[in-house]
Amino acid sequence: MRFGLSDEQKMLDESVRGYLTRALPLDEVRRITVEGGGFDVSLARGLSEQGLSGLCVPEAHGGAGLGMVEAAVVAEALGYAAAPYGFAGACVMAPLAIARAGDGGLQDEMLGAIAAGERRVAVDFSALAGTTGAADLQLAGKTLSGRATHLLDPGGATDLLVALADGRMALVAADSAGVAPGLRKTIDRTRPFGEASFEGAQARVLDAANEPLAVASDIVGIGRLMIAADSLGAGQRMIDQAVSYALEREQFGRKIGSFQAVKHMCAEMVAMLEPCRSLIWYAAYAQQHGTEDAPLVIRHAKAHLGEVTREVSRMATEVHGGMGFTDLLGLHFWYKRITFDRQVLGGPERCRSEAGVLQGWAAA
Amino acid sequence: MDLEYSERHRALQQEIREFAAKEGHRSPKTGGGRKRPDLKTLDWQALLLERGYFARTIPKKYGGYGAAPDVVEAAIIADEFSKAGLYPGIMNQGISMLVPTLLEVGREDQKEQWVETTIRGKTIWCQGYSEPGSGSDLAAARTRAELDGDHFVVNGQKIWTSSAHYADMMFLLCRTEPDKGKHDGLSYLLLSMKTPGIEVRPLTTMTGRAEFNETFFTDVRVPAAQIVMGRGDGWRVANITLKYERMLLGDPNKLMHRLNSIQNLMERTEIDGARIIELSEYRDRLLKLQGEVLAWKYHGMRLLTDLANDEDSGVRRLIVKYVGTMLGHRLSSLAVDVLSAAGLSYDPQGEDKDDDEATTWHIDYMYDVGLIIGGGTSQIQKNIIAERGLGLPREPKPKEQAAAR
Repeated sequence: MRFGLSDEQKMLDESVRGYLTRALPLDEVRRITVEGGGFDVSLARGLSEQGLSGLCVPEAHGGAGLGMVEAAVVAEALGYAAAPYGFAGACVMAPLAIARAGDGGLQDEMLGAIAAGERRVAVDFSALAGTTGAADLQLAGKTLSGRATHLLDPGGATDLLVALADGRMALVAADSAGVAPGLRKTIDRTRPFGEASFEGAQARVLDAANEPLAVASDIVGIGRLMIAADSLGAGQRMIDQAVSYALEREQFGRKIGSFQAVKHMCAEMVAMLEPCRSLIWYAAYAQQHGTEDAPLVIRHAKAHLGEVTREVSRMATEVHGGMGFTDLLGLHFWYKRITFDRQVLGGPERCRSEAGVLQGWAAA
Repeated sequence: MDLEYSERHRALQQEIREFAAKEGHRSPKTGGGRKRPDLKTLDWQALLLERGYFARTIPKKYGGYGAAPDVVEAAIIADEFSKAGLYPGIMNQGISMLVPTLLEVGREDQKEQWVETTIRGKTIWCQGYSEPGSGSDLAAARTRAELDGDHFVVNGQKIWTSSAHYADMMFLLCRTEPDKGKHDGLSYLLLSMKTPGIEVRPLTTMTGRAEFNETFFTDVRVPAAQIVMGRGDGWRVANITLKYERMLLGDPNKLMHRLNSIQNLMERTEIDGARIIELSEYRDRLLKLQGEVLAWKYHGMRLLTDLANDEDSGVRRLIVKYVGTMLGHRLSSLAVDVLSAAGLSYDPQGEDKDDDEATTWHIDYMYDVGLIIGGGTSQIQKNIIAERGLGLPREPKPKEQAAAR
């Protein structure tokens, strides 16, 4: 009996973090974000070699077939590094959607290539996540038309996977006829965000699942869990930076960390964020084991992490004083990433509202 | 993460459900607990100890059940009791603070003498820590105990001694080595409240109840053997007790139970014909708190795992008192708002009578402020989190500050 990571999970965590520390000093985050549009081929290749692209791909298709706890651990490490690498959509939601709802042929074609990092699939599930201006997609047979406006992880995308409000999912190659992908600018430039319009594009429909809506909703939940874990890592990084700055910066002849006003901010941040880690771990465990409370706990994880990391991102910046507000220090990469994470796939209000419906406290 | 229910866990769950169905009518009402346990409560406590639903991991020779620590078992017991609305057992300072302290650093004869009678609810303890001149600065305690033959002779005053007016025993932090430093000069004594020379004067709190006291000591003779650890070890022992006090004050099971009660309250309380839980402004407050309480519940499970593995929880443990008591107050605040919106009043009946639901919540709502302050205020907790947990420097002492200028 253990509430915590296994030795194997700790090793995975250490190895991913070690790689990210070496590969992504702040200058590199800045370069990829500012000049590279939030995607870098060699970083993506390196992370594929670390096993990230195949983490959730079943072993039969050349992946590691690991579970939600492992994926959450990796997502947290990526958030900690503000890694310019789309993971939640391209490495977790897409392969799991294909593995669960794609037919054998599609699985054979896609999953091995995803694991190898040869194909990356951007996803848009906003029709199921309550996002404003959600896709007005039409799927007639295998012909897809309309617009997807909330495309997650378009960096280096070879394919696009979109979900319709009824749970049907369609996969199209990004370079096929009738597909016009584009990028959208958000506050967070560490990961690109996109859109696409479709005019009679030929799609592969993921129709092998018995209950398509249940599967697609589950994939949304998994994406929310990954995004929440990402913001946990980003929040932890901001706290660590604030504490080390408070130990270094002097004013009035003292380390600022010796002033209660400053140390209390640090204490409050830790007190808010630390329980979130247990919430994420439990939510991941619950999703992996399909426990009855999984849908509820994941919504709470997404909502609560969104609320807590907003506070943490503000307070950690404040601890740095004027330096925190500058571009020079780069703290803003995490601040912005947290802001994006809070909203994508449904903000706290939306997630809590769904949690109320789940418990029969409100009509759907 | 390994939270699978084994055969044993499923059996335990089933066993508790059967226990609840068969014996549940014997349970005292939940809540309260600021009085000496009555006969019904003592009988229930004995039953829980016999079944291992209380003091499950305390060794059998000290009156416990002797089970190995198991996160899932602890969670099952807490969940099933909460769901069935059963009284989970007596929580008082002796059980939650002194007993684990003795189990950690007490002498064998002290464990044998005090653990069983305390967990049975028969021996009630109070805590002699704060003084009028040493509250947040606890180590500045001035109540002194001088050795005279084989007795310590205690003189001084303590304050905020909860339950001193009905306690049998006290654990006392006092100064035995006046020549030594502030922290090294303290000792930790166990003494009977019936010893001549002790005077207890009640202090009335904002709830209108005399929940705690001032305690005066005049030449109170305490056998020298009733010291825990050695002379000068008092600060160390006191901090062990404080560690358990702070864990108790932030107990996630209590908050989970409270959340369930509020949900239930909101489902059956109406304003203008609408159930309060259907009003989105109130519902969202409940949902926010639900997310926080869930995070807190799993955090508690993580701490239990640390404990079972003998791992130092570090900052994870240091946040417990601060987070738990603040969350408790926000929960009782929601309950009070729900009840007030529904037009219900506050009408306490006095300490020995049962209060109505609205009054009970209002008393909690006030008592919770006391909990935020007691056991080290939230601000002291934040100092501890930052200094011991994050390694931030202590505030310079006035002398050091002057020298630095």
